[in-house]
Amino acid sequence: MAVMTYREALNMALREEMHRDPSVFLIGEEVGLYEGAYKVTQGLLKEFGAQRVVDTPIAESGFTGVGIGAAMVGLRPVVEMMTFNFALLALDQIVNHAAAIPYMFNGQARVPMVIRMPGGGGHQLGPTHSHSFEALFLQVPGLLVACPSTPADGKALLKAAIRDDNPVIFIEHESLYGVRGEVADNGVDDVLRFGEAAVRREGGDVTIIGLLKMAHVAEDAARTLSHEHRVEAEVIDPRTLRPLDLDTILASVRKTNRCVIVEEGWPHGGVGANIAALVQEQAFDDLDAPVGRVTGADLPMPYSKPLEQIAFPHEPQVVEAVLATFRDP
Amino acid sequence: MAKTLTRSEASSSGFGVDAEAAKRLLSEMILIRRFEEKAAEAYALGKIGGFLHLYIGEEAVAVGATSALRPDDYAISAYREHGHCLAKGSDPKRMMAELYGRRDGLSKGKGGSMHLFDRTTNFLGGHAIVGAHLPIAVGVGFAIKYRGGDQVIVCYFGDGAVPEGEFHEAMNLAALWKLPVIFLCENNRYAMGTSVERALAQTEIWKFGQTYGIPAEKVDGMDVLAVREAVSRAVARTRQQKTPALIEADTYRYRGHSMRDPAGAVYRTKEEVEREKLRDPIVLFRDKILGAGLLTEADIRAVEKDVNDRMDEAVAFADASPEPPGEWLFTDIYKEA
Repeated sequence: MAVMTYREALNMALREEMHRDPSVFLIGEEVGLYEGAYKVTQGLLKEFGAQRVVDTPIAESGFTGVGIGAAMVGLRPVVEMMTFNFALLALDQIVNHAAAIPYMFNGQARVPMVIRMPGGGGHQLGPTHSHSFEALFLQVPGLLVACPSTPADGKALLKAAIRDDNPVIFIEHESLYGVRGEVADNGVDDVLRFGEAAVRREGGDVTIIGLLKMAHVAEDAARTLSHEHRVEAEVIDPRTLRPLDLDTILASVRKTNRCVIVEEGWPHGGVGANIAALVQEQAFDDLDAPVGRVTGADLPMPYSKPLEQIAFPHEPQVVEAVLATFRDP
Repeated sequence: MAKTLTRSEASSSGFGVDAEAAKRLLSEMILIRRFEEKAAEAYALGKIGGFLHLYIGEEAVAVGATSALRPDDYAISAYREHGHCLAKGSDPKRMMAELYGRRDGLSKGKGGSMHLFDRTTNFLGGHAIVGAHLPIAVGVGFAIKYRGGDQVIVCYFGDGAVPEGEFHEAMNLAALWKLPVIFLCENNRYAMGTSVERALAQTEIWKFGQTYGIPAEKVDGMDVLAVREAVSRAVARTRQQKTPALIEADTYRYRGHSMRDPAGAVYRTKEEVEREKLRDPIVLFRDKILGAGLLTEADIRAVEKDVNDRMDEAVAFADASPEPPGEWLFTDIYKEA
């Protein structure tokens, strides 16, 4: 094991997979010479050359389509979107093509492609560079969706995504790139299967589900709940949204009888709305309170720092949402 | 079906192709037309659902272009792709079964008319979002170059794709990276009901090649030999220099946009359609072959009979093929590890 940042762990995954499989290549805006807008691809152009680390002009739909075409005939592209919002320019390619092609052509073609994209608020970038569209991609059959919150998961899930024969939306978080953690560096046993949630903290009173940066916020809230309110929360990080490890979530809810979901995305049709529906469908009798949700605010992200800070969830809101599940309605 | 003729074969008749090749070109064009006529009949009988876009009138483009390719070259197209798929060598039986939505179809009934695909012939679809398959074609070109191969991909699209941003993104990327993509625009003058004059500030589509530094030319899309020669030139250059090409084929669709626009009468005149039919690619080529003494009337009747027999077989095959079972509904969404 080695301690490294989330950014370094992702970089290590890319490097190892490129060494392992010559059909893996990187493509996107500023991935080569500039070494990535967030430096995730640092050093890879020098190591693998311009044929395998491909800088593109600003043409999201175009280079995503290039990835799809290359994947259909056997390469394994890792496409980088500079920012989550920019993926919307390629939404047609992702939804109408990457996701549909395997089914529409009855398995005669596969699209083994990873599309990496960092999202999340907190950097005063306004509505065009701050959003969290997990739910948008979660909805699409044919796509897999990963949302790692730690360096170890970032590396292990990215390696799994690259080896997977299906198109994977790989969601990173701009605020997590500098977060440090222990990462397996033996190159062998560090590939994580999709659909395995992590129980970050065990507890018997309430289940808190948090993804990406909100997995960390949920853990912070759990500590506060324990210290100040004598509430022991179990914290679950789903790690992948499709497939979703619903079994781990349900087992926890059956134990705690309470559930709160924390995400940065919008409330309507969100990740939390989806999980809440699944939990109440399958564990209704185990619930002692309505499933709570803490989400990003229902608005285009503001620029102003104080306004932006109250537009996405922080620890006090999570604590409050958990305490609300203990109050009589 | 997609054999490339050698130069000596091409020059042996002083005509461009020898008798055997001429027969093949004629046969393939007639096959496409009969296929489309049979599809129209089946649609009228309710055996084919959804939209059905017929290729009648444009046969010379698919057949001429494919005759310049090797079997290991790729082709990709939009939703008016039956002709391209047939020319690339797909079995008309399995294609018709796909149009019927039956289990013996190319994609077991999951794609339908607009989404034909045949891995065995390197026909990569049937993509029904206008313009979207152009970047995908560039990706296939990227993969060819990445592996150091000498294949090409022919990317068919209509004039309707030209105002889409993806046309321009694809042209730019293919030119920038020098990829073996032959963009073949079938300009049939109408994107659904919108004429090129109402859609494009630059109606000479081949000229966009100049903008992107891509060798480009315009060709008579009703002349199968002219298409074949233009595509052969492009293929030779592309294989050698790894540069893309743009060819604009001037063609015409006789039928409406789809079966729901039977005559295409609102946006064009009957006189225009009748005038265009005077340069019918099949009639012109047949007359040329007869005039050159390459084939006899009896030879051509034999070709027509053979095609009709194959199409009767295709329709019977599709009729007999069962509907896909319900348990196939969720197959092939994902590939399991």
